[in-house]
This record gives sequence, structure tokens and C-alpha cells, in this order.
Amino acid sequence: MREINMGEITKTVEELCMEANYNLPADIKRALEAAAEREESPLGREILSDILKNAEIARRDRVPICQDTGLAVVFLELGQDVRLVGGDLSEAVNEGVKKGYANGYLRKSSVDDPFMVRKNTGDNTPAVIHTTIVPGDRLRITVVPKGGGSENMSALAMLKPSDGVEGVKRFVVDTVERAGSNPCPPVIVGVGIGGTIEMTALIAKKALLRNVGEHNPNPVVAKLERELLEEINGLGIGPQGFGGSTTALAVNIETFPAHIASMPVAVNMQCHAARHSEAFV
Amino acid sequence: MTKTIQTPLTGQVVEGLEAGDRVLISGIIYTGRDAAHKGLAEMMERGEKLPVDLKGQIIYYVGPCPAKSGRVIGSAGPTTSGRMDSYTPLLLDKGLKGMIGKGLRNKEVTESIIKNKAVYFAAIGGAGALLAESIKEAEVVAFDDLGPEAVYRLKVEDFPVTVVIDSRGNDLYKTGRGKYKQKKKEI
Repeated sequence: MREINMGEITKTVEELCMEANYNLPADIKRALEAAAEREESPLGREILSDILKNAEIARRDRVPICQDTGLAVVFLELGQDVRLVGGDLSEAVNEGVKKGYANGYLRKSSVDDPFMVRKNTGDNTPAVIHTTIVPGDRLRITVVPKGGGSENMSALAMLKPSDGVEGVKRFVVDTVERAGSNPCPPVIVGVGIGGTIEMTALIAKKALLRNVGEHNPNPVVAKLERELLEEINGLGIGPQGFGGSTTALAVNIETFPAHIASMPVAVNMQCHAARHSEAFV
Repeated sequence: MTKTIQTPLTGQVVEGLEAGDRVLISGIIYTGRDAAHKGLAEMMERGEKLPVDLKGQIIYYVGPCPAKSGRVIGSAGPTTSGRMDSYTPLLLDKGLKGMIGKGLRNKEVTESIIKNKAVYFAAIGGAGALLAESIKEAEVVAFDDLGPEAVYRLKVEDFPVTVVIDSRGNDLYKTGRGKYKQKKKEI
């Protein structure tokens, strides 16, 4: 049994909150550069170039890429041979979020109740924590600051199995088309197909963590990713919705077996500031 | 083409702007997002004097990050404008001339923009670090208790935006999409 102290977890989460918000992942940067080369609209090319300039300023000055530094979504993959000592795991993570958002000059965007007073909690807690137990003796922590603008354009449908792949395609494309300029295109489209209502939403979110340019290992799913990306980029929405050929940088699909009666589909929209940072403890 | 304008806005300046123009704004602009709009609407309902005279002004839908020491403001890009739609016609009727945000507006807002000869600009969503470089001064002028949602008075220099809805109701989100939309294949 390897022991991990809660203090180490807090410290790591604090650092990851800042790193994620200051540094655009390399795969996203490369995808934006490639998009700037092939974008058909001159205004769209200017926008993509400004987005890249923004990422450079954020990295250089260690300031947030986007002022919406998000709710902190934290994925924990906890090795089953780890013994956690020195406190409560959720508290340790939340303490890290609190410190990261305070010391990193990140915006606090969490309200205490969703539909009544909506008072800002003041420290960006609580984090949304997803924990899975995996083999091994390490803890992998991934911090995903998730902005509200793109999250609000996400959607979930309980499709009928008879809707088939065409039904899935229509739902995904319609969701992106309806979102238009709101989720700050170019977007990354995370799609979950299968499972139960919560599983399909969770795998849609996890799909957003896959590197842009990497496809699902199942060739049939990979083909669907390519077809959807082409169709979405044919919508004409373009960078920031001003018109153009780059509406999405990637469509990432994850699947899970489903009930004989069900075919749930979740679309989790992610803006171009697709931030995430991870570390092993 | 890129145009340069000064605030406060006059009818003549607004009418010279067309959907798709890139514009650099200099002068004073005010911030306000969800909670501040709700607050202003409630003040109007009670017949109170607003903390800011809106005549000829621009409201920027933004909730900035806290400023690091030695800086004027933290990252400060636009938030989604649609959430302000239900309040916007009230403010335009009070003399507001411009809005900066991102994303779609509803029919009532577009109609009010035409009626009041106003303009809707978009700044680049997700470019908060770049946009903050054009903000030279920032001071909270109302709703201090709202934190990032407080109303700030910002002094900006060459703040970069794009005209989305002009005073004649032309909408870049519609025309731009139409121009680059590929003929839909049967799926």
C-alpha cells in the first residue's frame, strides 16, 4: 500500500487549476494553426489568428486564456493500491480548487444554489468530482475548467434504437447548428452514445479530453467522427459564428453498451479554449 | 475594413457601421452581465435613477477575472449575450447605443436595435487575455457586491470588435453563415 497525503492532492489540484487556465494544450494550438491556414473566410482567418495570439499572451503573462475560468471539473483515477491519509478526499480537492482560483487570480463562477438566490460561493467550489478506482498505486488528477457558454449549448436525447446512426448524426449536427455563435466556435464536439442517461453525459465529457486529431480506436466510430466533422464544418457557422469553413476542430465520440430499448446520445460542447491539465501523484 | 470610433456614440457614427465591419473602440464603456441587468431593470421598475446615464453609451457583457498586481484588470472577454435579451430593449429605450458580447440575439432585440438606431458588436469569445490589453482603466461604479458581475467603468483604447447587427438590422451571424454554408447532403 502506497500512502498519499491529502496535502499533496490539494497542492497538485491548486497547480493544475492555474496551469489549465494559463496554457492552451499543444494539440488545440496545432489544430487552430492548421485551421487558420485552410479557413476560407478572411475575417475567419483574422479571428483564428487573434485566438492564437491570445493563447500566447496568456502563456507569456500567466493570465487566464478566457475570463470564464469555469466550474472546476476534476477527474480522479485512484489506484486501488493507494491508501489516502490525512483527511477527506473531496475536501482536499475542493481546498485545492479554492487555493488555485484565489492564488491564480481566476474568476469565481460558482453560485450556491441553481435556481433560488444564486449567491456566488466566492471561492469557485464545489468542484464537480468524478472518481474511478483503477489498478495501480498512483492517483491521476485531471482538472478541466469548464466554461458556461459552451456547456449551456450542450444537449442530451434519449433516441430510439430505430433512429439508427442517421438519428445520431441529425441530433449532433442540429445541436451544433442551433448553438451557432454562442459556444465560441471553433468548437470541439464531445459525443457520448449509449449507456444510461448519466453515463452518456459522462462519456461525452470524457470525449473532450481526447487529443484533437486522435480518433476513436473503433474504425466505425472513427468514420462517424470524420463524417460528422465534415458535415459540421459545412454548416458555414465559422470562427465565432461570423461565417466560414471552421466551425469545429474535432468531433470526439465515446460509446458504451446500452439497454435493448435505449440509444441515449449526449453532445457536450467545448469552446476553442479547451483547457485541461493533468498530473500523477 | 477596420473603422475607428469614439464613445459616447452618436447616431451618425452608429449609422456609419455595417454588419461585418471590424471596429476599434476608444473611450469609456460600461460592463454589465446577468445580475447587473436584473438589478438595472429592477431599479427602472421602481422608478429610481440609474447609477449610469446610458445615453450614447456601450455596455460590454463581461465578468472579468481579478487583476493581478500591477494590472488594470484580469482577462476580460465577452459572455453570451442572449441571456441579456429580455432586458436589452428597456436599456436601448433609455438611450443605450451599443452592446458588446458574443452570440445570438432574439427578434425583439434586433427590432429594438433598428428602432433605436443602435448597434450590436461581438468581441472574440475566449480571447480574454488579448482583449484585456486594450483596457487601460477599470473602476467599479455599481453593484460592488456582485464581484465579477459588478458594473465597471472601463477606459479602452482600440478595443477590437466586429459589427454583428447594424442599425438597419443586418445580421452577420445570418449573412456569414449563408455565405459559407455548403449544400446539405442528404443524410
